[in-house]
Amino acid sequence: MIPRPFEYHAPTTLPDAIALLGQYGDDAKLLAGGHSLLPMMKLRFAAPGHLIDLNKVAELRGITLEGGQVRIGSMTTENEIIFSDVLAANLPLLPEVARQISDPQVRYRGTLGGDISHGDPANDHPAVMMALDAEFVLRGPGGERIVPATAFFLGTFETALAPGEVMTQIRIPLPAPGTGASYAKLKRKTGDFATAAAAVVLRVEAGNCRDARIALTNLGPTPLLAEEAASSLLGKAVDAKTMGEAARLAMAICDPAPDLRGDEEYKIAMAGQMVERALKTALARCGA
Amino acid sequence: MAKKTAVSFKLNGAAIEVLVEPRELLIHTLREKLATTGPHIGCETSHCGACTVDLDGTSVKSCTILTVQCEGSELLTIEGFAKGGQLHPLQEGFTQEHGLQCGFCTPGMITRAYRLLQENPNPTEEEIRYWMAGNLCRCTGYQNIVKAIQYAAAKMRGEAVETSHPLMENVTV
Repeated sequence: MIPRPFEYHAPTTLPDAIALLGQYGDDAKLLAGGHSLLPMMKLRFAAPGHLIDLNKVAELRGITLEGGQVRIGSMTTENEIIFSDVLAANLPLLPEVARQISDPQVRYRGTLGGDISHGDPANDHPAVMMALDAEFVLRGPGGERIVPATAFFLGTFETALAPGEVMTQIRIPLPAPGTGASYAKLKRKTGDFATAAAAVVLRVEAGNCRDARIALTNLGPTPLLAEEAASSLLGKAVDAKTMGEAARLAMAICDPAPDLRGDEEYKIAMAGQMVERALKTALARCGA
Repeated sequence: MAKKTAVSFKLNGAAIEVLVEPRELLIHTLREKLATTGPHIGCETSHCGACTVDLDGTSVKSCTILTVQCEGSELLTIEGFAKGGQLHPLQEGFTQEHGLQCGFCTPGMITRAYRLLQENPNPTEEEIRYWMAGNLCRCTGYQNIVKAIQYAAAKMRGEAVETSHPLMENVTV
């Protein structure tokens, strides 16, 4: 279980990291928490010639409130998300999600930016980012650009990150008053990826749904934004009937890969259950 | 073969300099170059937690960290726990509460529990089970591990401790 040989680089500034990435091109991989990449390298599924470790780039860490957004450095770890007072007060959905990822040791290493940039539809943050209408700051040699989460995930392990670009920050708009959110994840055991999971962000005013966003984890080649399911709730009371209809519409867009966690039919059925469960919890939180 | 790199860090308080290939995993450096065989190789796939060490105030699985990433770091392994012939409260707790049977997972368990108690000196049983979930034990069924951590937590808070298995007194190493 030893990776193929490579050269190791530990830049301390973002421009240095981007320069190294430009210099080594396709032969380089960025190392964030390393809990997806290093196992793949140990199994020799990945064999980069150069590893560019981002762990010593201080400017990629931290959680701040700015311009009506929560801004999170891409190298912020899952446990930093769980322990963050800023997130507990302003965006409790994120610690709730992080608590459902892997195990304590992995969460000390695993990063928000790594989870997103990897492009794995089984990862939890991508669907949550779609449901929260987040945007990602990508920086390359030519400067910075901002890509919405809904346009970032192109396929399994395929994202909008261009060669030479680094994800530097995740920006999430602060939810409007009256918003409730939840992430419901079905997994077989601690540390497992989702059999099915649903992220729901809901705003209710005078008993009627004003905003709804629903996104799904591990139910297709990318995280899925369930737009029809969400819009079916708009202007209506969120009750057993409308939640059931939203779940049915969400199930209709699922295209999961059968594996040891279940066949397609089971996973799609569980997707419906997770959507209903997340809707119920989010609804209960709308007044809070 | 890629050329070797000198890496310096502190291991259980001692300054270490070691020459490694970039691809060398921390667990291999510890066990094969530094005679630190407390951290065990269980699965080598970051699932079991037997190789857990404390790295700059975080619990990490040393099978999924490169030694070159530890430049300038402070590392703690089970070898650093007993001081002056006295067991650490966690070692005492695992002994008194029968927190082990075969003992293979124990160094990782204790090292992980140490960081948990640094962050939360008075965890509930639920919190212990949640925050110890990265360490697998195939013998005990975890009940006595939870008790051992509760015992150590009480002792580290300076409270009188009671053992459910009063078999050993005045344990020294």
